[in-house]
Amino acid sequence: MLYDILIAPFADFGFMRRALVASLALSVGGASIGVFLILRRMSLMGDALAHSLLPGAALGFLLGGLSLPAMSLGGFVAGIATALVSAAVARFTAMREDASFAAAYLTSLALGVLIISLKGSAVDLMNILFGAILAVDDTALFLVVGAATLTLVGLAAIYRPLVVECFNPGFLAAMGVKGALYHYLFLALAVLNMVAAFQALGTLMALGLMLLPAVASSFWAREVWSMTLIAVPMALLSSAIGLIVSFHAGLPSGPVIVLVASLGFLGSLLFGIRASVRARLSHPAHLRG
Amino acid sequence: MNAALKLVDLTVSYDRHPAVHHVSAEIPAGEMTAIVGPNGAGKSTLLKALLGLAPHIEGRIECPAKRIAYLPQQAEVDRSFPISVFDTVLLGRWSRFGGFGEAKPVDIHDAQHAIAAVGLAGFERRPIDTLSVGQFQRVLFARLLLQDADLVLLDEPFAAIDAKTVADLMALIQRWRAEKRTVVCVLHDLDQVRREFPNSLLLARELVDAGPTLRVLSAENLLRARAMAEAWDEHAGACDVPVRLSA
Repeated sequence: MLYDILIAPFADFGFMRRALVASLALSVGGASIGVFLILRRMSLMGDALAHSLLPGAALGFLLGGLSLPAMSLGGFVAGIATALVSAAVARFTAMREDASFAAAYLTSLALGVLIISLKGSAVDLMNILFGAILAVDDTALFLVVGAATLTLVGLAAIYRPLVVECFNPGFLAAMGVKGALYHYLFLALAVLNMVAAFQALGTLMALGLMLLPAVASSFWAREVWSMTLIAVPMALLSSAIGLIVSFHAGLPSGPVIVLVASLGFLGSLLFGIRASVRARLSHPAHLRG
Repeated sequence: MNAALKLVDLTVSYDRHPAVHHVSAEIPAGEMTAIVGPNGAGKSTLLKALLGLAPHIEGRIECPAKRIAYLPQQAEVDRSFPISVFDTVLLGRWSRFGGFGEAKPVDIHDAQHAIAAVGLAGFERRPIDTLSVGQFQRVLFARLLLQDADLVLLDEPFAAIDAKTVADLMALIQRWRAEKRTVVCVLHDLDQVRREFPNSLLLARELVDAGPTLRVLSAENLLRARAMAEAWDEHAGACDVPVRLSA
């Protein structure tokens, strides 16, 4: 019985196995990036960044058809370009970075939809916007697993400067370190993860698996490393549960995975050990000192 | 007099408006110097310029000190960030381990000592968002202790800090002086400056006076500083005083 529910879908179907590996790899890299997106107060800018992949992916689609490498490369270039242009605009003018990100992504989104409509159909557009995790092939699998590996190695390498750049950028500058460099490296890793998530979850859903477990972890932990240690397993669990539920209920898997992650967030919001609704409403006796 | 810092006709501007205007002064080595002046007089800007963090400077700064430690105003630190007291203090050894090196046992030992020296023993694992303003200032002072700097720059270290904490932190500053380190401190409490700081630099975008505190903080100078700081001209033309680089 339990075997039929939990194991059989993966034992019997190759596409489910590939979907599982892809979503687990996405969880590991994405949730770690998500923690830093939140700490940098960039959760909505991350969303904007994810949207900005679209015109690049669309251009790849226009030139190479529904080819993953072409669309991924296009998406990566577009994402990096958006991040660099927005940051540069914010640096050289009085415009705030969030506003310049919004301007860049709205332009990107409109451009992307227009490019796709030149050649593709509504189905293609849906595929690009929302992904198709069950159609993950070997090429996509290598891309996703490669991105997750690169993300973990990259984050480990820039961890300390990145944390200090979030927390006390003036100190880093006084130490003669160019904090902006680590900011850009981090943005590049974030774009890489969004590109990797792109076929599995699509540009619009990609951020769900990155941000929801990360936000949830802030209700349980009080340091960057411990938040990451909570966010990653939460993302893994959401992926596995989401896939199983979507298989048995016959629902599209991308949205179900993200919704399971939302449930994890909701549970943390209600029952977490710090700053949660429960912590707010319960009134245990105050301490002596 | 041995100068730890020499400002030669220094001008620092934001959007062309000078925040520090044609200032020439020397700050003595191994001494405590207070930087005093009204709000908007360019005190924090001057510290930023000394650190090389100001956007645009003209003139020259001579600073032979190799290691400079800097205490920012508290508003510049994200106090809600999830990091522990211990990790924050240990960052003071950045010059040893940088972004990628390993903290040695001696660094960890010294960090524990510094935390005890500021009276926060037992707080090592506490997240910084649970600290009071005064406790957090003690954490930043512990980080300064670990930096082992020749030149210590403090930007309003006692804003919104209670008397006991001020006394404890002031004792640390006096210790630096005994160790022949140069301390430059932006302050607003003139009585405290007169009591504790032998030298002062009175700033109102332009230099009003620099030297022994009792002379610098005369009633006449303070009045002049206030008048100068309030004279802000939105439609000022380009400044025609040439920059002279020879002192």
